[in-house]
Amino acid sequence: MVPDIGLIALVIAFGVSVYATLMAVNGEWSQQLRWVASARNATVAVFALLTVSVLSVVYSLYVMDFSQAYVADVSSTAMSPFLRITALWGGQAGSVLFWAWMMAGFVTVVVVRKWKENAALMPYVIFVAMLTTTFFVGVVLFITNPFTKMWLVPGAQDLIIAIFQPANAQQYIPIEGSGLNPLLRHFGMIGHPPTTYLGFTGFVIPFAFAIAALLKNDTVSDQWIRSVRRWTLIAWIFLSIGLILGGRWAYDVLGWGGFWGWDPVENAMLMPWLTGTAFLHSVMMTEKRGMLKRWNILLIILTYSLSLFGTFITRTGVVGSVHAFSKSALGPAFLVFISLTFIGATVLLLSRWNALKSEHEMESIFSREAAFVLQNMLFLAITIAVLWGTVFPLITELFTETKITVGPPYFKQVTGPMFLALVGLMGVTPLLAWRRQPARKLLKRLAIPLIGSIAGAVAWAIFKPGSQLYAIFSMGMVFFVTVSILAEFWRGTRIRMSTRGENPVIALAKLVMNNRRRFGGYIIHLGVVMIALGFIGDAFYKQETQGTVSMGETLTIGAYTLRFDGLESYFGSDGREVVEANTVLFKDGKQVKDLSPRRDYFVVQEQPVSIAGVYSTPAEDVYVLLVGWETVSNQSSTFKIYVNPLINWVWIGGFMLIFGIMIGAWSKTRGNVEATYTLKQPDQAIGAAPLAQPSTGD
Amino acid sequence: MTDKSPEMIDQLPPVETPRAHYWSNGVRFFSVLLVVGLIALLGWGLVQASKEPLEDGMAPDFTLTSFDGRTYTLSELRGQVVIINFWASWCPPCREEAAYLESTWRKYQDKGVIFIGVDYADAEKPALAYIDEFDITYFNGPDLGTRISQKYNIKGVPETYYVAKDGSLKGNQIGPLFPPKLDNRIDELLAEPYSE
Amino acid sequence: MSKRRFLFILLLGVLTALVVTVTVFAQDPAPTSAPLKAVSDNDVNLVAKKLYCPVCPNTPLDVCETTACKDWRAQIKDQLSQGWTEQAVMDYFVTQYGERVLAEPERRGFTSLVWTLPILILGLGLVVVWLVLRGWRNKRLSQSLPAAPPLIDSGISTAILAKIEAEIREVD
Repeated sequence: MVPDIGLIALVIAFGVSVYATLMAVNGEWSQQLRWVASARNATVAVFALLTVSVLSVVYSLYVMDFSQAYVADVSSTAMSPFLRITALWGGQAGSVLFWAWMMAGFVTVVVVRKWKENAALMPYVIFVAMLTTTFFVGVVLFITNPFTKMWLVPGAQDLIIAIFQPANAQQYIPIEGSGLNPLLRHFGMIGHPPTTYLGFTGFVIPFAFAIAALLKNDTVSDQWIRSVRRWTLIAWIFLSIGLILGGRWAYDVLGWGGFWGWDPVENAMLMPWLTGTAFLHSVMMTEKRGMLKRWNILLIILTYSLSLFGTFITRTGVVGSVHAFSKSALGPAFLVFISLTFIGATVLLLSRWNALKSEHEMESIFSREAAFVLQNMLFLAITIAVLWGTVFPLITELFTETKITVGPPYFKQVTGPMFLALVGLMGVTPLLAWRRQPARKLLKRLAIPLIGSIAGAVAWAIFKPGSQLYAIFSMGMVFFVTVSILAEFWRGTRIRMSTRGENPVIALAKLVMNNRRRFGGYIIHLGVVMIALGFIGDAFYKQETQGTVSMGETLTIGAYTLRFDGLESYFGSDGREVVEANTVLFKDGKQVKDLSPRRDYFVVQEQPVSIAGVYSTPAEDVYVLLVGWETVSNQSSTFKIYVNPLINWVWIGGFMLIFGIMIGAWSKTRGNVEATYTLKQPDQAIGAAPLAQPSTGD
Repeated sequence: MTDKSPEMIDQLPPVETPRAHYWSNGVRFFSVLLVVGLIALLGWGLVQASKEPLEDGMAPDFTLTSFDGRTYTLSELRGQVVIINFWASWCPPCREEAAYLESTWRKYQDKGVIFIGVDYADAEKPALAYIDEFDITYFNGPDLGTRISQKYNIKGVPETYYVAKDGSLKGNQIGPLFPPKLDNRIDELLAEPYSE
Repeated sequence: MSKRRFLFILLLGVLTALVVTVTVFAQDPAPTSAPLKAVSDNDVNLVAKKLYCPVCPNTPLDVCETTACKDWRAQIKDQLSQGWTEQAVMDYFVTQYGERVLAEPERRGFTSLVWTLPILILGLGLVVVWLVLRGWRNKRLSQSLPAAPPLIDSGISTAILAKIEAEIREVD
């Protein structure tokens, strides 16, 4: 019954989203607002209908309705109710529905909230966004339907999965489901997919606005670019959180002592994040200085295209990956869809290229603008390098019929220096003014961060003897940025203290709160520097050892010693067989923590999961894995120990990043933000049509 | 504080020089080419990923050197029925069929049937132990560089391919074989007429 | 020198070369009689880290927990203890299981492209940045517009900016 309601809602949702797409076109064509309004209402209806669909799947998961093939596939009685509900995004069919629902939600918010503000663009926005939504709803309905049932046909070997009863078939209802992949039973995996999907689907809004502006040829008014910035920021926030949660999940669950493996699917998520980040910076140039308009539109289109690309390679298994969903019939339809999107967007952008002129020119090489251009180029170069490494195995196979792997060494070596340059730019840019910065003044302002950086690097070299030069240089960069940013806080606070007589805490708080966007940005940068610390620790100072020890014996790594005290095994409540080692960790001979690394074996899924015993400090983690044991005697076990320096800074930096976003993103101070440059209003623009300045030579 | 800077004065639209024109056309062409190329690559990847194990047509030729140094080339075995079995020592389902395969081989070895065991991505020591364990006497060798497996598009192990006397592929078995399936297939293939 | 004698010497030379080549190339990476070296798990992991599991989806060999991977690590251990070099082990893996086992694509042949393109892109990017910056600057200069007063920061009002300037002057 409930699944039927969900299915019917899904069918209607598909019809209504087709209607919304067509009505948006019709409304613009006939210049009748009521059609556009109808398209808007249809959009809201699609969201409502998909909500019903999603709720019906959630309900089926909750009550364990194993007559539903999807429910039987991803849930089981052994799973807690909460975990069963999160299984909505634990498999292909549910997650595509979830995805379509989120996208419809975003579009709904846009059409409801931005109706007046972007009235002229609305038909186009609805058209682009609902076309995309229609595609995903269609995929849910026709290809990965979550409302299928299982049927037994006499004579046939396998079950038939279908919505409607095939001839002579009997419905098959298993008494137990197979249950969610054990690897996904972790808080990171519960939060990671929704946030990632919010990020990926969220990018459809800026994309729709950009395409709308191009279609409308609305290149003079810049109103839309502000909407776009906000929406990109929202999507970017979720994508950032998704990346951090994904990293945490990998660290806790995958049992290899790392948090970022440069797997194609991870890269797929990183690429839109990179271009999105580039856009959030370069859009400031458009807002404040009227520069780089084309570039921004290009970045928006690229960001969305890369999230589609990422979805494609994740869900079709084109590129071998640990994370790939099981193969499905999704591929061809998805390929057609992304081809249309990519080619359409490219052709549209190229045909409007000349109309998108920037108004302002840059004045000096030593200016914030110049730094932004360099920064954008680096982001794009990293994106290209990552994309290249991700698709290169395909290219090699195509041309040489040889399967190859492009693993972490490539990505680390190629992107490392570029990321480092970006970190450096984070330190230099706050010191540069817009337009131009007299060189003498720049040098003066550079002095303190430079001294801090050199002092820090020297101290680091002494503190960590035997460090590579590259590592010391990287640490120097980190110190440079930290000092440079903190100096900004210090400078502002002191001025407030002396001019307003405020105490330091109030001065700092008011400084930040009155310039939320700017200082929010600095806080985000501090978060990024902390994450960079984690990557430096991982790249240069990671240690590992492995060994087999008997009861009472020890294994040593650096200052740490691990004593093995015995092995026990027991059954977990949710169908897992656990083998757990009792160990004690010593540092410099002093006992610091009892660790219980274990290996869980999920019987039904035939899947082992390693759960590390971790001793965690801000300086380093000791990550102990139980990799083997003597099955007969339980007398000796094999352990792998990683010492991961600075790894916790990744998570601390993640929190810092989110905190900075919270400060900066919801800046109410619009006037303040645009203080230095007022964008032209549309009415002005009509009076002065040939406002465009000479081409910037591109 | 607004900043109505002097740059905002109206300008005439720029006159595009022919050189700039060619340049920008080149860039345009190149961008479209890149996008189309990427899509084509993904399409090709999709086709590759959805390729099914071979079932018919001529069986792709290969030469295999066995663990004990003998060499067989498929195309030189015309006139005989060839059973190609892909296996690995780390594969539990392979163990389910190993004894059956060997007994069938012993039954048919003098009747114009050749068994070729292709050891897919395996370490040599456990592979030899596996052969020893099941007392496998038919021809077995490592699939160097997984080239043979790639030719047959195998999806996993075990998989078995039936080659008729004329060298054509007559279907396959995905997953382990159980009696009397292999006997039946061999009997059918042996019954087929063949002239050189 | 007679023709026959010349041919004989030639033949001898070829044979010697052949024997030398054969002994060099057919040399087992380690003479089997050599004493077995003690090889720790760490030595094995050091090599396994540079290899990928040939059958798992995108998983490095040192962290892969399947039976097959354990066999391969055991194989590496055997080979190392027979005195094989790291390179010899890796070459063996490539011959046996194909190039896909290398975590790092080779820097020669077709796969060298993966390494060169990013460098080209970065170079190109730097050139473009330079051209764009120069283009903007030249244009501005040629338009000879009066330079606007430099603005230090964006988010702070002019009044505060003035104070900041004053403050900085005082401090300096």
